Amino acid sequence: MKVALFVPCYIDQFYPQVAIATLEVLEKLGASVSYPEKQTCCGQPMANAGFEDLTDPCNTIFIRQFSGFDYIVSPSGSCVLHIKDHLHSSANHEETSQIKKKVFELTEFLTDIVGVKHLNSKFYHKVGLHQSCHGQRGLKLSQMSELIAPDFSKPQDLLRMVEGLELIDLDRKDECCGFGGMFSVSEEAVSVKMGKDRVADHLQYGAEYITANDMSCLMHLEGILRRQKSPTKVIHIAEILNAGL
Amino acid sequence: MDTETTILDRKTSSDHATLADKFNLDEPRVDWHDKTLWFIRKKRDKAASQLQEWEQLRAVASDIKNNVLANLHTYLLAFERNAQQNGITVHWASDAAEHNKIVHKIIEKTGIKQVVKSKSMLTEECHLNAYLKTQGIEVIDTDLGERIVQLAGEPPSHIVLPCIHWKKEEIGELFSHHLGTPEGNSDPQFLTAAARIHLRQHFMSSRLAITGVNFAVAETGEIVVCTNEGNADLGVQLADVHIACVGIEKIIPLRKHLGVFLRLLARSATGQPITTYSSHFQKPRKGQEMHIVLVDNGRSKRLGSADFRNALKCIRCGACMNTCPVYRRSGGHSYHYAIAGPIGAILAPGLDMKKHADLPFASTLCGSCSNVCPVKIDIHDQLYKWRQLLAQNRKVGITKRVGANTMAYILSHHTLYTFAGTAGRWLMKYVPFIISNRFNPWYKQREMPKPPEHSFARWYHQNRNFK
Repeated sequence: MKVALFVPCYIDQFYPQVAIATLEVLEKLGASVSYPEKQTCCGQPMANAGFEDLTDPCNTIFIRQFSGFDYIVSPSGSCVLHIKDHLHSSANHEETSQIKKKVFELTEFLTDIVGVKHLNSKFYHKVGLHQSCHGQRGLKLSQMSELIAPDFSKPQDLLRMVEGLELIDLDRKDECCGFGGMFSVSEEAVSVKMGKDRVADHLQYGAEYITANDMSCLMHLEGILRRQKSPTKVIHIAEILNAGL
Repeated sequence: MDTETTILDRKTSSDHATLADKFNLDEPRVDWHDKTLWFIRKKRDKAASQLQEWEQLRAVASDIKNNVLANLHTYLLAFERNAQQNGITVHWASDAAEHNKIVHKIIEKTGIKQVVKSKSMLTEECHLNAYLKTQGIEVIDTDLGERIVQLAGEPPSHIVLPCIHWKKEEIGELFSHHLGTPEGNSDPQFLTAAARIHLRQHFMSSRLAITGVNFAVAETGEIVVCTNEGNADLGVQLADVHIACVGIEKIIPLRKHLGVFLRLLARSATGQPITTYSSHFQKPRKGQEMHIVLVDNGRSKRLGSADFRNALKCIRCGACMNTCPVYRRSGGHSYHYAIAGPIGAILAPGLDMKKHADLPFASTLCGSCSNVCPVKIDIHDQLYKWRQLLAQNRKVGITKRVGANTMAYILSHHTLYTFAGTAGRWLMKYVPFIISNRFNPWYKQREMPKPPEHSFARWYHQNRNFK
């Protein structure tokens, strides 16, 4: 199984440990992983700001870097969703549609493709799971509280396999954290208020760590936690799954 | 004044972000507003979950509305024909101004100077009250929430719960000032009784009633108005003239389709199984005059747009507002349009792209709105599409435009990207005040990420590339 590691630009630059953990988890579970070294960004920051027409070069780079693999895996629901919904190329139609089919967020790849039923991971902490919207509502990694439909959660299934991990309940299990890309600065007041409210929900149930499938949400929540001088930390789900594996 | 200057200027006065900033100055109030609306979202969840077929109902409602939009012309003509046969006078208005003129002409003929009006978001959209005022006619809003905001001189902040941003103590104060209730009394039951007496005088004296319309049935030429207070009925039954104002998208083909929509509407709106009153008006009473004004006001234009057409499916339940984490924390007035929240943010730019260019950006694109929508409007996808259209039409502020262009340029060149990342991490580490200062909106209430020594790419090159 030839897997390409797709690392979101801000993870590459600011959270390399998340990409390392993702790579190691995949390797430990038997995948042959390579990292196409000329990759940059999926283009989402521009597209969500209204400038999808500026993302053609990003699309070209992405298609060139990620063609020819069995799977493309990324520790980000948001970036994967962007590729699935918006990657386009007039020159490489076939490649583009292949990539859209082959790209997976890490936890869905582990549950749906690898079929993980058991993990040796160990993490002796109280953890709150933040459901990042694009992964949850876009990729349907977990059931959404708005729908009247059977409950399920791919990231939660994996976290439940981790020894010692105590998953806390939340009052609002799938409310947005307020990051939203450029929204985090253009609508600073609401963005921060949303983040503070999410943090408070996790803290009231004694979370030692807040985890998520998306580091962008966690970067925002971390900024708030650190400003509040809270001992609670953020950790990407890949890092938990890689702990003790 | 060129477009760019206009957009820059607006940023400092009354765009969503600025108004939301103001709303957030009083954090306990934001908490209260958020919790009040979340409570309604939870009520909606509970009511919806009691119907096993909820998701199926949404799908059917969406299909019916899609059929309506695909055949609107036919249904509208059928509705007109049947309404006329029932003895109703049908008027057509192409825009808000024509609508207001038609309504005024009908009132003028009667010589009536004061009219009662039940809830109608369409008349809010058309600014009917303000127009009639200039013509010397006073409109008394009879929905309690609407009357409260009317007394306060404000527009509604929510389409179903117009005064959801008011606390009961403040309403007590307002009533004490306008209705003469004892100062300091904020008992909801007492205040409601006071409003009842106040409104009853207007019901008794007004000979003309305006209502909105929730559903216009093509098959029968009847209209259906849903209220919890019975104020539409009381107004119409006591009046000599009834004017119903309706957007052309409110048509449903058959009466039996109400069995789908009435079940969805109240559950989505307030978590009730059904509104207290679902009133059918099919023909005027003996001696009564009944008018229906069918209003376009941009709807035909929207119908022609594949991307934005299905926003016309909206049944005005307000569920998208109650669930929207941004709306709950910015308040309805921050949207500066008659219809607030996610649905307002995709409707408003269709009427005036320049004036409402900020609204599609007042969202994190979390998608909760599309999931609660009883007629399955792809609200968050339309927000995304509006952003593209606004940027293409240069309606996006210069800061965002320069930012996006710079970012796109860097991310389009791998070497430049690597260099920018290294430089960024270096700056954050050694001269953090360049980034962590009061001019950086991120840093105002959040710490910046701690920059690592190296990027992942560098780590990979050193640790794995030997393969």
